[in-house]
Amino acid sequence: MDFALTEQQELIRKEVATLARSFSADYWLEKDRSGEYPWEFVKAFAAGGWLGVVIPEEYGGSGLGVTEAAILLHEICVAGAGTTGASPIHFYVFPPMPVVKHGSPALKERYLPAIARGDSVMSFGVTEPNAGTDTSRIETRAERLGDRFVVNGRKVWNTNARQATHILLLARTAPRDPAKPFAGLTLFFTPFDRTKITVREIEKMGRRAVDSNEIFIDGLEIPATDIVGEVGRGFYHLLDSLNPERVLTAIEAVGIGRAAIERASQYAKERVVFGRPIGQNQAIAHPLAQAWAKLEAAELITMKAAWLFDHGRPCGAEANTAKLLAADAGFEACDVAVQTHGGYGYAKEFHVERLFREVRLYKIAPVSQQMVLNYLSEHVLGLPKSY
Amino acid sequence: MKILVAIKQVPDTATQVKIGAGGKAIDTAGITWIVSPYDEFAVEEALRVKEKRGQGEVVAVCLGPDRAKEALRSCLAMGCDRAIHLNDPAWTAADTLTTARALAAVIKQEQPQLVLCGRQAIDDDMGAVTAQLSEVLGWPCAAWIMEESVDADGKNVRAARQVEGGLEVFDLPLPAVISAQKGLNEPRYPTLKGIMGAKKKEIKDVKASDLGLGAEPPQLSVVALEALPPRPPGRVIQGDVATAVKELVRALREEAKAI
Ligand SMILES: Cc1cc2nc3c(=O)[nH]c(=O)nc-3n(C[C@H](O)[C@H](O)[C@H](O)COP(=O)(O)OP(=O)(O)OC[C@H]3O[C@@H](n4cnc5c(N)ncnc54)[C@H](O)[C@@H]3O)c2cc1C
Repeated sequence: MDFALTEQQELIRKEVATLARSFSADYWLEKDRSGEYPWEFVKAFAAGGWLGVVIPEEYGGSGLGVTEAAILLHEICVAGAGTTGASPIHFYVFPPMPVVKHGSPALKERYLPAIARGDSVMSFGVTEPNAGTDTSRIETRAERLGDRFVVNGRKVWNTNARQATHILLLARTAPRDPAKPFAGLTLFFTPFDRTKITVREIEKMGRRAVDSNEIFIDGLEIPATDIVGEVGRGFYHLLDSLNPERVLTAIEAVGIGRAAIERASQYAKERVVFGRPIGQNQAIAHPLAQAWAKLEAAELITMKAAWLFDHGRPCGAEANTAKLLAADAGFEACDVAVQTHGGYGYAKEFHVERLFREVRLYKIAPVSQQMVLNYLSEHVLGLPKSY
Repeated sequence: MKILVAIKQVPDTATQVKIGAGGKAIDTAGITWIVSPYDEFAVEEALRVKEKRGQGEVVAVCLGPDRAKEALRSCLAMGCDRAIHLNDPAWTAADTLTTARALAAVIKQEQPQLVLCGRQAIDDDMGAVTAQLSEVLGWPCAAWIMEESVDADGKNVRAARQVEGGLEVFDLPLPAVISAQKGLNEPRYPTLKGIMGAKKKEIKDVKASDLGLGAEPPQLSVVALEALPPRPPGRVIQGDVATAVKELVRALREEAKAI
């Protein structure tokens, strides 16, 4: 067993940390106030070639694995960027993944190089208002018309839609068969045609600068060449990429938790009340230590899941466990960090307030804690499905 | 044109330095190591000279223990073509003169036309190696440089440094040694491709005997490191504004001797 990063992974870690730390906490605070997309940050990572981390080398990327992508997102979050910094970069790893795995050579040739350069901005459209977690019940339909499809429907929580140039979209191409509810869904990767898609932003708790939206699709035409994989098998194509997405969101939660704990520990050393630093009180110190320990454990299972995936081994149990434990550990860490700061934890100026709001997301999306527990109950413990 | 950059691995600027057990060195436990920031300006400038000329080779050299390889790997990731690691127990206690002699020996083997260094390493802030190195080599040296340009035929370098109220501009025949000051350039961040490429580039290990050098006792030895005395606590001057201001001015003039 070997827990060490390779020399190259170590260098990646160090250089991402340096680049990410060149964007200060005040930069993120300002983005959160103004709601402006963090373009400067995304462009800096594009210039460094980081956005192509998992795109194969023949399509202009670096062809690295989920492990390296996880290191990248971890350091971005440890640097204090929060979900506001992580999500835009995350979107260069996750939506392209089904294209990398299942796309035709022509599809890859058409889209991947621009993604690796950072010239494309992607959104991901699966969740729908009337289906929720039950993806088999999505209602967005794609009708075949010769060599193209015409799509009508509605998606919700479509992140990045305000600036997206492309969308990874799941739509029904055959009626739902209760015996095989996940068949008949097709995955497309296609330009985000604003003449056919209307975007309405959702006001939300955190990550104000990175928009999530309701989108209304009205007669969007997609050439059949933009199908990812096979018609009717879109859900299954997506499935292979969901484990990596769990790993990425898990490591983001860990990184945000670390950033919060770092700030809180510093504050606990400096803030003097009753004539001593508050960190000298075990009621302050122990929760910080406890939160740190939980982050450490969550990171371990997350990196194990990444390692399994990169070695072509099954990692469903580990990736789900990682997302469960990391979302809790990240949230606890941010909560403890706010508590450590006392009243100032509630003030924006001390930054843990923003991290606290942002980290809450990971208990809900991309998959809720309950659905992770459902997965573990059913697929790991063999218990009967409850729903 | 071949350019050699001498770099040093130093503790990260954010390190909270603690004095080690013997009182003569710092405690290195848990330290994050980086390429000394002034040396990064030197690396960046070397890469720019090469890029501007459209050809050439940039060689990074570092004297240091095993861990110094990471610093060389960072230079390779930035774009240096290859690296040389001067690593030998004989250099464990190397002072600046020993370091300069080792660098000079490697420079004689490599025969670069230009040597770039940082103006000083930010760990011990000695700032002596550049001068000693050029002395040992018998090469001209310009230190604390903020602007530099090598002429088209690669015979001379023009270098400028900031002095009180203006710039001082020098011409030096090559080969020469130049040390970089902050402001010379903005060092690039290594790209992911650069990092991946760095893995395939050579880091040559060189021992003292490879350079015909033996162990020499350092001529400069540390007697003791002393921590700064803790800062005396501040004082709040009480009273109404008029009296407090008077007292403040008196204290600044008579006690602090600041005005
Ligand atoms: C900020 C943000 C960004 C997002 N970005 C995207 C995006 O880019 N693209 C995209 O497609 N989606 C996105 N999502 C959607 C996200 O994946 C969903 O919100 C999430 O999967 C939950 O679906 P839902 O909101 O419809 O909840 P619902 O399905 O309505 O569930 C509500 C609650 O009931 C629980 N529940 C439901 N069924 C069961 C059951 N059988 N057993 C136990 N508990 C159950 C759920 O766990 C949840 O707590 C985003 C969400 C947010 C908040």
